[in-house]
Amino acid sequence: MSEQETIITGAAEAPPPVSEWKRFRRVFFQRKLVIFGLVVLMMMAFTAIFANWLAPHNPYRGNLADSLLQPCWKYPLGTDVLGKDTLSRLIYGSRTAFMVGFITVGIAAVIGVSLGLLAGYLGGLANMIIMRCMDALMCFPMLLLALVIAAVLGGGIQNVIIALSVATVPGYARVMHGITLSVRENDYILAEEAMGAGNVRTMLRHVLPNSLPPMIVLITLQLGMLILAEASLSFLGIGIEPPGAAWGSMVADGYQYLLTNPVLSFAPGLTIMLVVFAFNMVGDGLRDALDPRLRGLL
Amino acid sequence: MAELLHVTNLETQFATESGLVKAVDGVSYHLDEQEIIGLVGESGCGKSVSQLSVLQLINAPGKIVGGEIMFEGRNLLEFGRHSPEMRSIRGAKIAMIFQEPMTSLNPVLTIGRQLTEMLELHMDMSRSVAKDWAIELLKTVGIPSAENRIDDYPHHFSGGMRQRVMIAMGLSCNPKILIADEPTTALDVTTQAQLLELMKEMVEKFNASLIIVTHNMGVVARYAQRIYIMYAGRIVESGTTKEIFRNPLHPYTIGLLKCIPRLDEEAGRKLVPIEGLPPNLINMPSTCAFLPRCSYKTEKCLHQSWPSLTHVGDQHYVGCHLDLGE
Amino acid sequence: MDHQMNDNILDVKDLKMYFPVTRGLLRKKIADVKAVDGVNFKLKRGETLGLVGESGCGKTTIGRCILRLYQPTAGQIFFDGEDILSCSEEKIRETRRKIAIIFQDPYSSLDPRQSAGSIVGEPLKIHNMVTSNSEYMDKVEKIFRIVGLDPSMKDRFPHQFSGGQRQRIGVARAQACEPSLIICDEPISALDVSIQAQVINLLEELQEGLEGLSYLFIAHDLSVVKHISNRVAVMYLGRIVEITDSQTLYKEPKHPYTKALLSAIPIADPFVEEGRERIILKGEVPSPLNPPSGCSFHPRCFMAIPECSRDVPPLRSIGDGHEVACIRV
Repeated sequence: MSEQETIITGAAEAPPPVSEWKRFRRVFFQRKLVIFGLVVLMMMAFTAIFANWLAPHNPYRGNLADSLLQPCWKYPLGTDVLGKDTLSRLIYGSRTAFMVGFITVGIAAVIGVSLGLLAGYLGGLANMIIMRCMDALMCFPMLLLALVIAAVLGGGIQNVIIALSVATVPGYARVMHGITLSVRENDYILAEEAMGAGNVRTMLRHVLPNSLPPMIVLITLQLGMLILAEASLSFLGIGIEPPGAAWGSMVADGYQYLLTNPVLSFAPGLTIMLVVFAFNMVGDGLRDALDPRLRGLL
Repeated sequence: MAELLHVTNLETQFATESGLVKAVDGVSYHLDEQEIIGLVGESGCGKSVSQLSVLQLINAPGKIVGGEIMFEGRNLLEFGRHSPEMRSIRGAKIAMIFQEPMTSLNPVLTIGRQLTEMLELHMDMSRSVAKDWAIELLKTVGIPSAENRIDDYPHHFSGGMRQRVMIAMGLSCNPKILIADEPTTALDVTTQAQLLELMKEMVEKFNASLIIVTHNMGVVARYAQRIYIMYAGRIVESGTTKEIFRNPLHPYTIGLLKCIPRLDEEAGRKLVPIEGLPPNLINMPSTCAFLPRCSYKTEKCLHQSWPSLTHVGDQHYVGCHLDLGE
Repeated sequence: MDHQMNDNILDVKDLKMYFPVTRGLLRKKIADVKAVDGVNFKLKRGETLGLVGESGCGKTTIGRCILRLYQPTAGQIFFDGEDILSCSEEKIRETRRKIAIIFQDPYSSLDPRQSAGSIVGEPLKIHNMVTSNSEYMDKVEKIFRIVGLDPSMKDRFPHQFSGGQRQRIGVARAQACEPSLIICDEPISALDVSIQAQVINLLEELQEGLEGLSYLFIAHDLSVVKHISNRVAVMYLGRIVEITDSQTLYKEPKHPYTKALLSAIPIADPFVEEGRERIILKGEVPSPLNPPSGCSFHPRCFMAIPECSRDVPPLRSIGDGHEVACIRV
């Protein structure tokens, strides 16, 4: 091969003028709402981590004398019937929300992605068994399923996480299954087989990395939904038990006092709304930045 | 034969994320009555975009920014894209057949409906008259049992059949000009041959003219009377088919002819590839676009801007700085 | 069979590949798509055999069968003297190293998340052909140079290369383990004309430089196939209808389909074109689900007689390595 040939094929090709990372950053930060969402999430993360220092009062114990106070200097968002500070509970609630959200997603993602990958790649019997099980689980509305499981297992944060994980796994498995099926059709997967690569190698090194971007988007979008789900469960009385601080149960508790102390329900309610919105925005931004073609799908 | 279409200095640009793409950068050509011309070039040279520009079918971020398209005594670019004038021309006077037969037909309408739609729109026919006409058209393009197939959906037809339907649609309103954009690339070789012959026959029968947009030098050698060779948005050589093949002058044309394998060549002939890569249309330098790949380049080429077309023979024009005595 | 004396790297005997068509919940088989229906050919060491034909002819399927990406329904494939359809797992692994494939689509044939160097080096890893990291790096660099790519680009990703360069990466990957046979499955159809020649030349140079590298060149463009192949086999609906060396195929085609195929390809020369006979076939390539009886070409054949619809004509030799499947010849 002549030197000239090498030079021509090497140097003449200019790499794309903008690097991948820069393009990602540009598209991601394009919309103000995405930036807003990111800021909200970062604030929430900050609050969750530094709850101990940020909360002005003990969220679990209240001063009965200060029951049902309107927002004032001492208690910026008022107090509930037992005198617990709403603001502090809100702050600690973010911890609950985050923990439930992230742990659930973590468990569900690992299980769901693995199941979907195996089902999609191996096909045949494995595919049938796995996907039919997932279909069975998906027959139940997610919240209802989580509700039933949580009710059976009893309340408490652990069981909420288990319940929500089980309810979320089928969705992930389904999407991963679909993505695996389409990734599997590519010639480079065939090339692996032709080369003599084993199934494990192909699945882990080739199918999985190419399936991740849509999964990441899905996971981010789901986080918001999970926080809402957790809130719903605790609103219904299943899940985090008092005096635990969870936004949903805060809304439920404040329900009775809606006309006199609306802040009790509205504060956590608005917070839930804000956080879910933020996750959705960030998820959309990620999706657009990673692969705009997913717009119709996720 | 009288001149049908005369395009002068057409310019179409696309404002992309990475920069301005001058897809069509000053293209001029003409088409006479009952003529078949070929527009030859590789992907990205602007041949398809130039034809879409004639019909003003350019979508954002593309924009036609200059030039003149004279048809029937009027400059088409004076009319807006959605103006009644353009709409009366598209499909009826100038029709286009696209490359992908799979996606050019509406999958939820029957073939019959798609044909009659055009006839009702442009020829003012009633539904029943249009249907009869449509059946005749399908027969003309060689679709067997046309009366039955007229109510079938596109997915009931094979690729070749769909392309025939496209040809039928193109010809349905008796256009003066038929533009075939890479009409056979997605099809089998023998089907390609059938369809090209069909197009030629139809064009003769309907007294129309045909513009074949292709990258295949063989196709234009067989069917076109005149050829325009495009590179990086401009025409680099033009002339009658025989002139160009007998005496190709532009280094790109010469390069193209040397790098394609020919059925009738002797064994052992080595292909001479055109070195380098297709041009990056963003931020093109003002010098000749073919310069990086040209094996004939001279000092002059490095300093002068892109050469304009020089008359070198009867209808033969070349855009090159070389002393064309060679 | 004496392995050393056998100079056929590949000997395909009566290869059949039927894909079942199923219907209903229980996947009952109702028909077979006879993609490959009794194919016989040999490929010598160092030779290039072109496999040409239109959609549904089965040429791509043959390539995949040889690579054992499909399990053939019947027949034998002798690679280097051994039937690879009925041999040990270990032998199969070994043949994976000796037979490689280049795909058509330069975009989907490379993992977008893998760097070029990693793509090219992966076969080396899979087959344990290198013992140290430095040896691996050296080999990868060497392979890059062989295919005309700048080794400094090995950390780049596929989308940072042009179509032609990606095909070079594909060739590099195929070449990595020094195979004896490379199956080229439409390697240039997706490239621009001016780039096609670069890749064709690369393939030819590779073969010249390496003793005993054979190609099975599968494509639908007969001009290209004729150019690069020593011998060409023309296929129609799962069977070979004619096989001979390239020049003879063009100068003295015997099968009516071959004649039609040749005539359908325009030559880039208006003067030559004027003098050529044009054979335009009627109808279209039938679906492999429902092939015509007897000779599958007879409905479109301009030389057909009633007998043609009765029996499948066998591939007979008419001398000098030229074989034709037609009773009229």
